[in-house]
Parts: sequence; C-alpha cells; structure tokens
Amino acid sequence: MGMTITEKLLARAAGKEAVSAGELIMAKVDFCLGNDITAPVAIDEFEKAGFDSVFDPARIALIPDHFTPNKDIKSATLVKQMREFARRFHIEHFYEVGRVGVEHALLPELGLVGPGDVVVGADSHTCTYGALGAFATGVGSTDLAGAMATGRVWFRVPASVKFEFSGAPGPFLTGKDFILYLIGEIGVDGALYEAMEFTGPAIAGLSMDSRFSMANMAIEAGAKNGIFAADATTKAYVKGRFRRESLYAYSDTDAVYARVYAWDASRIPLMVAKPHLPGNAAAAADLNDIAVDQVVIGSCTNGRIEDLRQAAEVLRGRKVHKDVRCIVIPATQAVWRQAMTEGLFEVFLEAEAVVSAPTCGPCLGGHMGILAPGERAVSTTNRNFIGRMGHPTSEVYLAGPYVAAASAVAGHVATPQQVGLKAPGAQEAVAAGVPDKGERSAR
Amino acid sequence: MSAIRGCAWTFGRDVDTDQIIAARYLNMKTAEELACHLMEDCDAEFPQKVKAGDIMVARENFGCGSSREHAPIAIKGAGVPVVIAKSFARIFYRNAFNTGLPILVAPEAVDGISEGDELEVDLETGSIRNLTTGKDYQAEALPPFMRELVAAGGLLPYLKKSTSER
Repeated sequence: MGMTITEKLLARAAGKEAVSAGELIMAKVDFCLGNDITAPVAIDEFEKAGFDSVFDPARIALIPDHFTPNKDIKSATLVKQMREFARRFHIEHFYEVGRVGVEHALLPELGLVGPGDVVVGADSHTCTYGALGAFATGVGSTDLAGAMATGRVWFRVPASVKFEFSGAPGPFLTGKDFILYLIGEIGVDGALYEAMEFTGPAIAGLSMDSRFSMANMAIEAGAKNGIFAADATTKAYVKGRFRRESLYAYSDTDAVYARVYAWDASRIPLMVAKPHLPGNAAAAADLNDIAVDQVVIGSCTNGRIEDLRQAAEVLRGRKVHKDVRCIVIPATQAVWRQAMTEGLFEVFLEAEAVVSAPTCGPCLGGHMGILAPGERAVSTTNRNFIGRMGHPTSEVYLAGPYVAAASAVAGHVATPQQVGLKAPGAQEAVAAGVPDKGERSAR
Repeated sequence: MSAIRGCAWTFGRDVDTDQIIAARYLNMKTAEELACHLMEDCDAEFPQKVKAGDIMVARENFGCGSSREHAPIAIKGAGVPVVIAKSFARIFYRNAFNTGLPILVAPEAVDGISEGDELEVDLETGSIRNLTTGKDYQAEALPPFMRELVAAGGLLPYLKKSTSER
C-alpha cells in the first residue's frame, strides 16, 4: 500500500519501513523550537525533570518574538531565562532583538528548516514549514522540553486529506484567500488531527510566500500539519539557503486519503474571515458596510516581502483613511531591509501607515496595537478569536495583504478594485460603486 | 480512589485557548497566577465562580488555537480535576496528557450534562455518572501508549526512562 508524503517522513523519523494512519510512534526530530511564551515553560519542565544536556545544540532554536522588544518586566524576565538557558547549553540559534524575527518567517529564511525535515515547535503555527515539503507541527512546552533533551517526540500518525485546487485564480488572489476559503468550507475542526496535503495546478502557480501563508493556517482547520510536495519553486527557494541536505518525498499514486476535496480557484473571491473564528468565511467585496479602526499587515502568516509588496501596491499614491491606524510589521530584519531598499517604506510613510520592528505583537493582543472595547481591525494574521487583539468586545477580520491595505484606504472592508486599483490586464479601474473615501457606513 | 465528584460548568464548541487563558496574561507562567484569569474572556466572573473540584464540560474541539501549555496549567491551577468534551483540539489533547490534566472524550455524556449538574467521574474506568439526572455514561478508552505515559507520571519521566533503557 502506498504512503502519503506525511507518512513517508514520519516513517523515516520513526525508523520504520512504513507507518499508517492512527499508529502511535516515537520519532526523531530534525529540528525543534520555542518562543518567549512557550520556551520558558519548557525550560522549567526540562529542569524539573532533571535533564542536564540537550540532544543537539545546533538543532534547537529559541526565538524571543512574541512580546519583544520586551513590553514589560515580566516579558523581559522570560527572555532572560531563555538567554541563560541558551548560554548554558550553547544553543546556537538564540537570536536577540536586532537579529530576531517572527519565528516562522525567520527559520525558513535562515535555512534552519527545509524539505524532508520533521520539525516540532512549541507554537501552533509551526505547521508553516509544510510549505517546504517538511512535516512540521505545533506541540506544547513539555513536548519541547522532551525534544530538546532527547531529540524525540511522540506522534499519532495523522490520516491525510487531499485538497486539490485547479483553475486560474482571479486578480489579487493569494494563498491567504485559498486557505480562508478552504477553512470556510471545512470548518475549524474540518481536518482535526489530520494532515492537509495541498495540490493541483493552481497550487503549482503559487509563490513560496503564498504557500507559507497556507501551510501556516492548517492548524486553524484543526490539522496536525499542512504540506506541499516540493517543486521547482521550493527548490529555487532552498538553494543556497537550507543548511542541511534536502530530502524530497512525494505521495505514492496509491496512497490512502481520508477525503479528497477539489475546488476551482477561479471561483474563489478575495476573502475575509469574520469574527470570531477563522472559518467564518465571506467575500471581502460584500462587506463594505464593516467600518474599520485598525489595519495590521504582518505576522508569521503575511509578514514576508511579497506581502509587503502587495500592501504597497495598494497604498502607493493613496492615503490611509483618517479614522484608521495602519500598522505594518516586517516579519524579520531581512524583510525589513529588503522593504526599505525597495522603497516600500516611502510608500507606507506617504500613505501615513506606521512601520514597526519585527514582532508578533498585535497578532495575539501582546503589544504594539491593542484594540479598545468595541474596536475593529482587519488583519493579515491568522486568528480572530474573542479578544485575540485586545478587549473581549473588539473584533478582528482576517484577510490577505491586498484586502487589508484596501480596507485601510477605504476605512471599511474593501477589495483593491474597490479603491480603484486596476486588476493586472484590466482596461480600467473598477472603482464605480465605491463609497466616497471620506465616508464610512455606520456600524 | 480515582472517583471524583464535582459540579459541571458547561461550554459550547470551539472553545479556543485565547478564551481559556488570554495571551495578555502569557507573560506569567505559574498555575496560581494563570488560574486568576481562567476563561475570563468567555465569562469575566468565571475565575471567582469556579470552585476547586468543579468539572468543565464542553462540546467539540475544546482547546483549539494556540499551543500554549498555560491553558491546561490554568485549568489545573483553578482546581478543576477533569475536563470532559465531545472532542479536543490536538495540541490541547497532548498538552493535557503531558502535564497531567485528565481529560475524557465522552460525546453522549456531554449531551446529557447541564450546567450545575453534580457529576461523579472515575478516571481509571472512564465512567461518568450524572448524579443530578441519575444517568451513566462511558468515556472513550485511552490508547495503550497514552496509558503508559500516564503510568510513567507524564511525558518527561517516560522519555527519561526509555532513553536510559536504550
């Protein structure tokens, strides 16, 4: 019987010829990571259990990105604990402010994770690395403690579900729209405990950054991991970057899938997810009556260079609406520098958006953009749970960078076309029917 | 010995870890501190209302979202001895086992429990009795590997033992 990519990578990690869905295995990990929220708890557990060595100081990353630059004394103390642990065990990949970035943008960028890897991270969005053809999944702090000490972790082998996208996506469509559409179709537990395998001709045309956005949100459908088979796009990305040897695995033609979904990408509109679940999918164009107080462009989902270019494409020559605060957060120092070099900051500053240092910050209501009671944000992040970005009565609409930037300009949820952007190849801007820039509909 | 008695607090489906413990409190990590904010964004008075020994009962996908182990730590910190749900999100499921918070998957029991019902739960056998209605239910059995983890006293003692045996 054939195996899926996920099964092949887990079989290798478990030292077995084959594994099948439902089996419980102990697996070797190629890399593990934790952040300033989860690593301190892992370090406590590591010490409590009496471990006195790590399995490999070069295969552990400790990334202070959530509350950094440290927002208060308690956060600073957590990072101090990480720093001391990193020094004590000679952990190679601990990065201070000035070098650090949002973990799931930083690790692929630095070439610390790559095709064929089995990666666990004490952060639910670790599934992002599936974009590279790796098996990557989020675990808790105790799991991370065990992985740091022994290099091993237990898994229940997930059943695989195939998601096939065909057809030509419409203008301004990105991976974020694909994944929001998908979660809207199957629900926030639609792939509970399962492996999501993204495939089809429309996927082949997606950039790496779009694939990172999609794999990133596999957890929002309850999945254990999301994975793409490596192709020319993947290979071009990891070339000269990935520090270990790539292992390319592909699903067998007779591999077993629990379910197969097939969608025509040409029918997917520019998407948002309404409060308070990532599965509350809606077409952005239909929500012009939703006024917005804040727009956040960044995060492990959409803080990469292509995301910033897309936001700049909309904001170039336009202004952020007078009632909106627009916060742009490049995910890493390299993305920051690239955006600066390309002149994107000039665009953002002219538009009257603010550019922040790399941080997870507002995504989790941590700092740098907290919402007051009743306020509403459009955000390129991954979660819109109750109180996620601030007060429990505030609201978050999830979207891709094009819709987020257009919403910042319009002052309400909008598409790029609705703020006058020409679709590539279109004869003229489809600006008709857009409310005047200065006016916002009532809430 | 493993039978527990407590009153039920009921919750809906897709209770996420931001509701269990909001991220703004994740600059803390002790059970005592975290318990003061348990389920606060769902019900601001919950930390005052919940009493040690009370049992949390939820519908599908309890604990979805973030990997924060602070969620089971906060629940344990409030003295909640067990969570019963129709299903659990996967990271919460492993975190509960790894940190020693007992959880039971029992869809029928969840349908038969109302807020405030008094429950008797046997963690060894997974039997659940609703003392208020007099009805009995059975939770799903644990896979053998999970029993081994529990018997070893959690993930780290298990790993330590199995590593030293190799």
